[in-house]
Amino acid sequence: MPQEISPETVEALLPEVAELIVTALNLEVAAGEIEADAPLFGEGLGLDSIDVLEIALVISKRYGFQLRSDNQDNVRIFTSLRTLASHIASQRTK
Amino acid sequence: MSSVPLLGHTSLDDIFAWRPSGPLRVRDFLADVYALARQLPAGRHLLNVCLDRYHFTVGLAAGLISEKISLQPSSQSAETLRQIQTDCPDVFCLCDSEFDSLDLPRLDFPALTGADPASVTEIPAIPTERIAACLFTSGSTGRPMSHYKHWGRLVKNGRAGAERLGLLDQRHSVVGTVPAQHSYGFESTALIALHGNAPFWSGKPFYPQDIVAALEAVPAPRLLVTTPFHLAALLNAGLELPAVDLLLSATAPLSPELAEAAERRFAAPLFEIYGSTESGQIASRQTTDGPAWTLLADVRLAQENDLTTAFGGHVEGRVPLSDIIELIDPEHFLLHGRHADVVNIAGKRTSLAYLNHQIAAIPGVVDGAFFLPDEATPDGITRLCAFVVAPELNSRQVLSALRERVEPIFLPRPLVFVDVLPRNTTGKLPRNQLQALYAAKVSDARH
Repeated sequence: MPQEISPETVEALLPEVAELIVTALNLEVAAGEIEADAPLFGEGLGLDSIDVLEIALVISKRYGFQLRSDNQDNVRIFTSLRTLASHIASQRTK
Repeated sequence: MSSVPLLGHTSLDDIFAWRPSGPLRVRDFLADVYALARQLPAGRHLLNVCLDRYHFTVGLAAGLISEKISLQPSSQSAETLRQIQTDCPDVFCLCDSEFDSLDLPRLDFPALTGADPASVTEIPAIPTERIAACLFTSGSTGRPMSHYKHWGRLVKNGRAGAERLGLLDQRHSVVGTVPAQHSYGFESTALIALHGNAPFWSGKPFYPQDIVAALEAVPAPRLLVTTPFHLAALLNAGLELPAVDLLLSATAPLSPELAEAAERRFAAPLFEIYGSTESGQIASRQTTDGPAWTLLADVRLAQENDLTTAFGGHVEGRVPLSDIIELIDPEHFLLHGRHADVVNIAGKRTSLAYLNHQIAAIPGVVDGAFFLPDEATPDGITRLCAFVVAPELNSRQVLSALRERVEPIFLPRPLVFVDVLPRNTTGKLPRNQLQALYAAKVSDARH
């Protein structure tokens, strides 16, 4: 069951999730350079929906849960590194 | 003037589509079509950006009976919308999401409370010569090029595809991971629901778990209409997979390995479709059966030098193809890759010439060139790389300028700054020179 996640828990997860994104997508930026609240799409990191599917796959393997989409939610989850980490923290099974 | 019915069904009580609320019969669909048609604005051009496959198809059909053309651009960028607005001043958008329609007139898909399935008595006939839809490709200049599709040919198209897959003899429920607007999704979900005995699931599942849920929501036998990329993700997700009886893939080449893995996992045949926005689908193959493609009913190819043209059957006119093709006999051929300049990523097409023109036009860029590496991983998405000489700019500035000019999928990853490009004495950039530069600057750095 999703539970309330403290901001500290999310903060602690940020570097790990940043590293996961950089590795999965073969990005040139260093994980440490991804700002927690910068947009992942468009101007920020410039991700697209293909990247989202790649990230979903590594998340399912690493954290033991499957992403599901209904559009509104998806946009929210992938807003920034912090929103993604927060979603992972609340859903992870491992 | 000859005409063809809007749907190929024999009974108004046949199932046309599946939604989360359950099945919809032909009469439910027609009642919705009439109700929506009554609410459409006056313009003849309907920009159909509905995400829901059922909404999209109701919009297409409501347009058809009202002599309106369903516009289906491959990109929905602001620039494309402006272009369409210039070309078709009476355009309005039919939307069912938060879609940003700028200042175009807009109709949000209404609740069709006035629809009365009981009052529907027959399937309407549509003149074969009526223009039903307009699909777009990025022209060599980057300006969207319109490709009009006549109703009669679209029906032939849907039937040819359905016939090849054996759907006319055995009804299948269709789950598609591709949008209904683009050529492949349009043919293999919307058209086969109208004329191929194949009711579709209204959603467009994205994540593997979504695809599983959608498949479980419709009755067997099932047809999954997807791409190599979605298929690879689905097989890799480690999920319990529901029974699928037929698999279809298009938009990018599929490796024999993935085809075999998919057929083994589902114990079902996998077919690939080959075609283009201009020609529509023209051939299919069962990938594990060998590399040769078989043309769909009545479609023919002609060759002059290394240019191949498709015509006949549902193809509108004579359409040049952007691939290098070897004819085996009048009905079979082999594909030998694309003409050097053509770039196709995730089903979107552009040319290196166009991309190079865009990067060179950025203020502060002295020289620039895009390069498409050889595929690193089959069935994955190969990203473009770009080399740029721009002493005064940083990568954020270049990418931000490019983002305004090209589709996000074509943005370079990586963008590599160099002091000079290896142009030869005539100013050309041979691919092998770029290949060497790529090896030195990119792939070596990653190992």
